[in-house]
Amino acid sequence: MRRVVIVGAGLGGLRAAESLRSAGYTDSIAIVGDEVYLPYNRPPLSKEALAGGIDFEGLEFRRKASVDDVEWLLGTPVAGCDLSLRTVTLCDGATLEFDGLVVATGIRPRRLPIPGPTGGRYALRTATDALAVREHLKPGATVIIMGAGFIGCEVAATAIKLGCTVHVVALDEEPMVRPLGLELGAAMRRRHEAQGVRFHLGHTIVAFSGDDDVRSATLSDGTELKADLVIEAVGSVANTEWLRGNDLDLSDGLLTDSAMQVPTTLAPVVAVGDLARHPNGLFGHVPRRIEHWNMPTETARRAGPTLAALLRGEEPDRSPFLGLPAFWSDQYDTKLQSFGMPGIADNAEVTSGSVDEACIIEYFDASGLVGVVGVDRTTELAPYRKALLARHEQGR
Amino acid sequence: MVKVTVDMDKCQHYGQCCFEAEDVFALDESGKLVYSKEADESRRADIESAADVCPMQAITVE
Ligand SMILES: Cc1cc2nc3c(=O)[nH]c(=O)nc-3n(C[C@H](O)[C@H](O)[C@H](O)COP(=O)(O)OP(=O)(O)OC[C@H]3O[C@@H](n4cnc5c(N)ncnc54)[C@H](O)[C@@H]3O)c2cc1C
Repeated sequence: MRRVVIVGAGLGGLRAAESLRSAGYTDSIAIVGDEVYLPYNRPPLSKEALAGGIDFEGLEFRRKASVDDVEWLLGTPVAGCDLSLRTVTLCDGATLEFDGLVVATGIRPRRLPIPGPTGGRYALRTATDALAVREHLKPGATVIIMGAGFIGCEVAATAIKLGCTVHVVALDEEPMVRPLGLELGAAMRRRHEAQGVRFHLGHTIVAFSGDDDVRSATLSDGTELKADLVIEAVGSVANTEWLRGNDLDLSDGLLTDSAMQVPTTLAPVVAVGDLARHPNGLFGHVPRRIEHWNMPTETARRAGPTLAALLRGEEPDRSPFLGLPAFWSDQYDTKLQSFGMPGIADNAEVTSGSVDEACIIEYFDASGLVGVVGVDRTTELAPYRKALLARHEQGR
Repeated sequence: MVKVTVDMDKCQHYGQCCFEAEDVFALDESGKLVYSKEADESRRADIESAADVCPMQAITVE
């Protein structure tokens, strides 16, 4: 009986197990996760679940019957791994042997070393984080959000809805400027400002003051802001420390090939989800990490058959990976939806509607259309999705 | 027969399901999700995929 160990009990870990089963792997699977919960859906943690209260049952993913026999080791951080021995080491020193390994440990929020008290500073990744933040989002509370990416902006919208005073402090020129570009970023800022969010862009926080808990923050321009709560959403760090010492490329997440196989001769290893830096045949085969919700499912669809083949001693399918990145975001009553990689574009064009209302924005680089974003225009995105998926046939 | 249920309180009409099984899920002209409550057994794999990709996890397949 062979054993696959999946490290990371999130969306990617679950989908990898399901994909191994549908690829014909029938032997044992163990999933090890540091959180105490079975895999659950994270996006609501900055949106409706944060607004309405965290009902964990409602967030848990439906699991396919094919993974009913999986052994779950929850609340169990993995401390290390030795690919030549084919073992992972748990935090209590116990080891687990494997024939094949799935790396699905995702990312965690980056924390900045800012002088001052640490109480009242939160990041948002897990249900436990969201429960803690929810406690403090009371009407009248002043919240400082560091970072104007999707999570920062979604939390800003939710906190406003809950009656908080909200400041967003970020170095960026406009909110969500990297994925959305300047024009739509500015329009999104206006939407937030109309709801009462105050932006401090081009600035960072240089110090916190207070006793145990943060009471105020000093910005890089000297501005002093009162704060009951600070939420830090300033990017991420891949959870790859446990893989060190195995001669893997951990420079940004974990490098894989187009089959999601990790290049090593020591053991059959695949990676999925937010930490997998994988090449995409739709976007010039440059290995990239993509932190969108649809990628754990897309990468796992590929990683399952790859690992199943490797365990049978067969060569996996190494044709280009063609999973199309997609994301959505809800802020107030505005629904953003995107396909492709608007973040790599050199220019953007509003092709229908206006950025301050419903619109479609097309994103281009030298190779042509690389992404599209619809603002309250979901029904019109299908042809763009088709065009983006066709990039591969056109040799771009 | 595959029985399909969408929790319309959860559904946010993103239409991701439509790309996986366009014969079962569609958005109407006003952008609202419409779907077939029953489908042939041969469609199960695609309907399962549709349930997987739903951002709101609103689809149940029996
Ligand atoms: C608040 C929030 C809102 C989001 N909103 C959106 C959205 O609107 N749209 C969108 O497209 N995407 C969104 N995302 C991103 C999306 O949720 C992620 O892309 C997805 O969860 C990634 O899945 P994953 O399995 O790769 O990683 P994760 O879901 O993070 O799973 C990894 C698991 O591994 C565990 N782990 C880490 N290290 C170890 C270890 N050493 N030992 C054992 N276990 C370990 C982690 O604790 C975690 O449980 C959001 C994310 C967050 C946090």
